[in-house]
Amino acid sequence: MKNKILSVKNLKKCFHDKKTEIKALEDISFDIYDKEFVSIVGPSGCGKSTILSILSGLEKQSDGEFKFSKDVTIGYMLQDDSLFFWRTILENCLIGLEITGKLNEESKNYVIQLLQTYGLGDFMNKYPSSLSGGMRQRVALIRTLAIKPDILLLDEAMSALDYQSRLAISDDIYKIIKNEGKTAIMVTHDIAEAISMSDRVIVISKRPGTVKSIYDIELSNKSTPINNRKCKEFSLYYDKIWRDLDVHI
Amino acid sequence: MSTYSLEHKEYLKKIRKEKIVVTFFRFLIILIFLIGWELLSHFKLINTFLSSSPSKVFSTMLSLFADGSLFRHIGITLYEVLLSFIIATVIGIVVSIILWSRPIISKIIDPYLTILNSLPKVALGPLIIIWVGASINSIIFMALLISTFITIINIYSGFISTDKGYITLLRSLKANKRQIFTKVIWPSNYMTIINALKINISMNLIGVIMGELLVSKSGLGYLIMYGSQVFNIDLVITSVVILAIISYLMYFIIDKIEVIVLNKNS
Repeated sequence: MKNKILSVKNLKKCFHDKKTEIKALEDISFDIYDKEFVSIVGPSGCGKSTILSILSGLEKQSDGEFKFSKDVTIGYMLQDDSLFFWRTILENCLIGLEITGKLNEESKNYVIQLLQTYGLGDFMNKYPSSLSGGMRQRVALIRTLAIKPDILLLDEAMSALDYQSRLAISDDIYKIIKNEGKTAIMVTHDIAEAISMSDRVIVISKRPGTVKSIYDIELSNKSTPINNRKCKEFSLYYDKIWRDLDVHI
Repeated sequence: MSTYSLEHKEYLKKIRKEKIVVTFFRFLIILIFLIGWELLSHFKLINTFLSSSPSKVFSTMLSLFADGSLFRHIGITLYEVLLSFIIATVIGIVVSIILWSRPIISKIIDPYLTILNSLPKVALGPLIIIWVGASINSIIFMALLISTFITIINIYSGFISTDKGYITLLRSLKANKRQIFTKVIWPSNYMTIINALKINISMNLIGVIMGELLVSKSGLGYLIMYGSQVFNIDLVITSVVILAIISYLMYFIIDKIEVIVLNKNS
């Protein structure tokens, strides 16, 4: 039996402004298991990113609760890489360790090793401005991994990239996450991206967000995200999720 | 050099040529201006008593230099500018940090800051003399009034317009306010601060000269005031010329500092 690492129960979130109160999340419940890759998809504005904000502690839920099975470290990766332009790639990747006070020779070497393993060794002492969008996103992932998180939260992490880089970096990021044996929750609006990368896909309804359905993605010859797109089951899942999203323009 | 293609050589030549043209015309303008001025006054086409002449300015400068007062006046003015510049910078940075870390304070004092910044501070000149006394203190005070508020506003607005993504990133790592400031706000605002200092130093120069015109017994502002009172236009114009040179040099120095900081950060 798989180990449950996170359980979310009846999460609710309201946002307030002067005129109105916006109900972003109505009732969200799901469980996440160790080393699982789970995607959350939903129409834009359904509050899917808010779920990650709450899990990471950036926002407080209005009601409901979530519980991690143990004391976990969370790595949060956003759409915008937010690399500091005044720091080198290596220095950028060390920021998390600096903030959490865990920077020492050993942890630094771990980060250097990550950079080397994932093809960024030559760029360690360069500044972010000399990197392409896809590489910057890879640096952002390594920055997230530097603090050895148990759970990765990816919020539209690839959405700012052009289509080709996006496919390539999805493959990269997927491999890195699997290699390092991490649990990941990814929020995306891209159905294909969700199916190709995930073990499970959670579909959120439009605002106020509720869990509409959860799919176990079982592909006949599951490998890397790019290859997964060629599996015959892929389009079946795509159709189901598309129907669930109930898109009207 | 030989590795460059012909086209690239042409391109370099074009740049060099342009630079020569720019330098040439820059000198030409000042030369025509000086010669024209000298000739007009030499042939009495303008009243030299009212408008002086380059040769008279030069000889006034020499005599000021000879009796040692030239550097004394320049020194006093520079000292006052530097002192008020340092005070205004420190106040500007400290207040900006307080406003940034306590948004409620910033909200409360916002209208007062705006009023104080837009108020023509010269209007306070007579009051300052009465309150602070006719001394170097009033000059510094005047300069600070003129420079501090704009410095605060510039640095603070740099702080609050820092990329939100950087801050979210640090908050997701559970960073505290001090860490957010030292790791993100401060380093990402080097350029803002340099720009604020540029404005700050020229504001202080304005403030100091204004203060000297009002109260002082030495400094370039005093020379201008004294010269006009005894109708020594040569002295007035000489002081203005020195002032122009000084303000250009100050700008030049800050510009160099900016280049150094920029190089360090890219």
